[in-house]
Amino acid sequence: MTPLTSYLLVAALLFSIGLAGALTRRNAILVLIGIELMLNAANLNLIAFWRYGPHPEALTGMMFAIFSIAVAAAEAAVGLGLVIQIHRHAHTTDLDRMNRMRG
Amino acid sequence: MSFVFYVLAALTLAGALAAVTLKNTVHCALALTVAFAGLALLYLDLDAQFAGFAQILVYIGAVAILIVFAILLTKGSETPKEGVYSKNSFAGLVIAAGVFAVLGWAVIESAKVLPNETAAPSVTVLQIGNALMGRYVLPLEIVALLLTAALIGAVIVAMHEKGGAR
Repeated sequence: MTPLTSYLLVAALLFSIGLAGALTRRNAILVLIGIELMLNAANLNLIAFWRYGPHPEALTGMMFAIFSIAVAAAEAAVGLGLVIQIHRHAHTTDLDRMNRMRG
Repeated sequence: MSFVFYVLAALTLAGALAAVTLKNTVHCALALTVAFAGLALLYLDLDAQFAGFAQILVYIGAVAILIVFAILLTKGSETPKEGVYSKNSFAGLVIAAGVFAVLGWAVIESAKVLPNETAAPSVTVLQIGNALMGRYVLPLEIVALLLTAALIGAVIVAMHEKGGAR
């Protein structure tokens, strides 16, 4: 197995773990943790393709990963702000109990 | 593959698995930090020093702390009586396993055409800075705008409403 294949398999496994977490947990914060894991798996793919690709000196994959990290930070801040506001409003972070759109 | 890669991959995957399976939410956040650290070390193993240290600064330094703050502000560390998994958790597991099967099959099938081992690229922070200020200056400005908008948006969303607004 080549190194790139191993990294891609690790990233696929990480993505699936994050997806399983996002789909099976009740707590909204745990769902956000699963989404963060999925974003990180994508970043690992980008870095691995940059490292073993034909033109690493062009820095394309590296830049993609750096911008992806910045976007993920923004996503985490807004997502957790939303969770805090929902908790203040509905007094729960249990997603199974959030079943209405009006306040 | 080197011994270091297997250790780091096992550390990352164990942290990720613990982060989505543990009962106590604070423990989940700490396991997530372990997974982030393992990923940062994997980046360093891939000769991407800048991305590795950015991962440590952004994820371990900011995102993990934000998640712990959110858990403590929402009293999320108490385990609910109904259990930590939702009603449809079996369907979620099946979907995740299916996604992994498809991704793994695609990776294994395309292994023949993927590029093989190459010499380690030597990329300095100077080169990354030049690229950010040259070819990638427009995306950099857009990210700056996005981060400002996210900062203001997060503060407004999480802000207490004063008076009779509620």
